[in-house]
Amino acid sequence: MIKHLRSAADLDAATATLILDTAGEMAALAGREVKKLPTLRGRTVVNLFYEDSTRTRISFEAAAKRLSADVINFSAKGSSVSKGESLKDTALTLQAMGADAVVIRHPASGAPHRLAQWVDGSVVNAGDGTHEHPTQALLDAYTMRSRLGKLDGLNVAIVGDVLHSRVARSNLLLLTTLGASVTLVGPPTLIPLDVAAALSPSAKVSYDLDSVLPDMDVVMMLRVQTERMQDSYFPSAREYSRRYGLDLARMRKMPEHAIVMHPGPMNRGMEITPEVADSSRSTIVEQVANGVSARMAVLYLLLGGKA
Amino acid sequence: MAQPRADTPSKIILSASDLHRVVDRVAHQILEKTSGATGTVLLGIPTRGVPLAHRLAARIHAFEGIDVPVGSLDITLYRDDLRLHATRALGKTELPGGGIDGLRVILVDDVLFSGRTVRAALDALNDEGRPSSVQLAVLVDRGHRQLPIRADYVGKNIPTALSESVRVSLTETDGLDEVRLTGSEK
Repeated sequence: MIKHLRSAADLDAATATLILDTAGEMAALAGREVKKLPTLRGRTVVNLFYEDSTRTRISFEAAAKRLSADVINFSAKGSSVSKGESLKDTALTLQAMGADAVVIRHPASGAPHRLAQWVDGSVVNAGDGTHEHPTQALLDAYTMRSRLGKLDGLNVAIVGDVLHSRVARSNLLLLTTLGASVTLVGPPTLIPLDVAAALSPSAKVSYDLDSVLPDMDVVMMLRVQTERMQDSYFPSAREYSRRYGLDLARMRKMPEHAIVMHPGPMNRGMEITPEVADSSRSTIVEQVANGVSARMAVLYLLLGGKA
Repeated sequence: MAQPRADTPSKIILSASDLHRVVDRVAHQILEKTSGATGTVLLGIPTRGVPLAHRLAARIHAFEGIDVPVGSLDITLYRDDLRLHATRALGKTELPGGGIDGLRVILVDDVLFSGRTVRAALDALNDEGRPSSVQLAVLVDRGHRQLPIRADYVGKNIPTALSESVRVSLTETDGLDEVRLTGSEK
């Protein structure tokens, strides 16, 4: 088993499948009265969050607690980071406290890779800059597999702000590894062709959402990341949502069985309309529940065995 | 699990027909001791406890026409030796539809050795519900207990040395039925 989960590229098909299978068993345990398992008793998991997050942090916390690990939550606000402490010094502090795993979210791409060089424990990337968010890709793959029964051969559209999306990068890598065919859809200003080609030579690109919808098994909408946009990538929000927003009319162009995904948080009315987000074909709430199972699987597989 | 190598001494303890007779006997004992297997659930411990539990249920059905619910109980997440080995893949836990609350649960495993698997199974069971009682059925008891645990139904007692190992093969998992003792009598 791997030691760190810094990138979806750390996972080969066998390891990724093992994580998804393990997540399935963890999900089965979530249905019972006593949800807690003794597996990681005595292990310490630090949630090191330099960026705001609701679902990812809570999801990791719930996952670690269900496995009986001790959880320390660290958020940059209200810590020594606001006094100017560097990531390295924070890492050494965590190291001295005996963290067995550090779950890190950081605005700088590559921060988890640096952190892994400084601490002895496992490092789990919970989102770094515009780089990667591998556990999101795992829970997305798990959701697709449980809804559609397989991943190999699926046609998946990732729609929207691919340029700034770590979710898109991790999904592109993982889905390609697991045999799905990915099409990136969005305005040309938000599709980095060189990055797409480097991550997955087989990825397709389209600038026309309506033409790809009839062939898709999965349509994954990305959040328009207004906080990361220094320039204007499209003329207006209205034009964006006209061309790339998913509304009921567009959803009807998708095949009967196809599902709609969104990593959250949503800009309702921008990239997705409320009617689509709340429809039975949307897996958005399921994705949150599956997130806990997927992260339990990752923590178990990284920390459960011999160090 | 590796097949015994040709050069390690190995002898057959139970042949296929022996194994079938042993399963038949244990099924009869369960019927006798539980007055007709009423309010009883068989839970196999993966890997080989699961097919054994299904075989016991099938024999009980053949003898008395009673359908005993069968399930599986994976104990990996409850093991006390997780940190001594590389991470293990999880097995399936599937409880019968009626659950286990208020029922007599009979745990089924292939080999009883240190007793630690059964200890983990009792913990796992505790988190799944509250059975009225728990019993243990094993195909082979090879001794060397490290915990105060004993089986209610034993297919065969095999005295072993610690250096030896008992290998149970079942058609469902290994393609043939037999129990072999391998290891080092020098």
